[in-house]
Amino acid sequence: MDFTFDFNKNQLDSIENILEEELIGLGVECVVLIDLAGNVIVNLDNGKCEHDVYSLAALAAANFGAVSAMANIIGEEEFSLLFHKGENDSIHFSKIGSDLLLLTIFGKEVSLGFLRLKVNEANNKIKELV
Amino acid sequence: MALINPKKKEVQVKIVYYGPGRGGKTTNLEYINKKFRSRIKSEMVTVKTYNDRTLFFDFLPFDIGMIKGYTIKIQFYTVPGQVKYNATRKLVLRGVDGIVFVADSMTLRQEMNIKSLENLRENLASFNKDLSNIPLVIQYNKRDLGKQGIPILPIEILESDLNSTLKAPFFPASAVTGDNVAATMKKIISLTVISLREKLDLGGK
Repeated sequence: MDFTFDFNKNQLDSIENILEEELIGLGVECVVLIDLAGNVIVNLDNGKCEHDVYSLAALAAANFGAVSAMANIIGEEEFSLLFHKGENDSIHFSKIGSDLLLLTIFGKEVSLGFLRLKVNEANNKIKELV
Repeated sequence: MALINPKKKEVQVKIVYYGPGRGGKTTNLEYINKKFRSRIKSEMVTVKTYNDRTLFFDFLPFDIGMIKGYTIKIQFYTVPGQVKYNATRKLVLRGVDGIVFVADSMTLRQEMNIKSLENLRENLASFNKDLSNIPLVIQYNKRDLGKQGIPILPIEILESDLNSTLKAPFFPASAVTGDNVAATMKKIISLTVISLREKLDLGGK
């Protein structure tokens, strides 16, 4: 399948509100919603984050593809959730529907368990919009 | 397809450099990265193996300014050319808007060019896309090698091997010296943006 996503302004506003409320409000540094072609759909941050989100999106989409191929080898269709832990900052990836990926970058002060809960809530709300 | 963001007034366009391994795809992007530094706001991303071959892809974002009030963000990708990395090539082709096929002019590589073009056709078909309906520019790279006594194919042979039915615009080039690298790039940007015009009109309403 190829991608033919088009979002209107209202959808983008609603997605931004959800991400702001659920994740930026929780204290994460940066949230990026991308498609699996590596396009950035929405990006929000806490005002202190200056990451190159376009390069991040390209790599995240490729990374997700590579990990999905690993999943296939062990008989899974995909791994819908990925987590890369760093010394100070970590990245959490969550698949939304069949073609979107939500990247959350967060520091040590955010609990992974709580983040997963909030990502899940945001995920369900975004799925209803797209 | 290009992603249009009506809120940010931004269009992300994906152009992929495709072709056989060691054909000069990465060298094309390296030249663009050096030559057009002022239009490139971030570092070129490249994922290589230990022996310096492209493993995943190279990625280079390039701003071309605004069209119809939208900022156009061109995103150049290369694919890994080695035969064994086809899964990665398919991944990179997802959502492609325009393609540069970088053919290797060396006589030795004649068969590899034909196989790579066929592989491109098959991979696009898996996304229900037809190579003849997508903006395409063919670059015959490494023309400089002829002067060094290395056997290269005449353009007529390359055209007959690769472009007899596609009739895509083509450029003899040398990615190492930069000859026709910018011309190739400008042509694919122009063809791709024209092909997206209808979508941009819709987005602009």
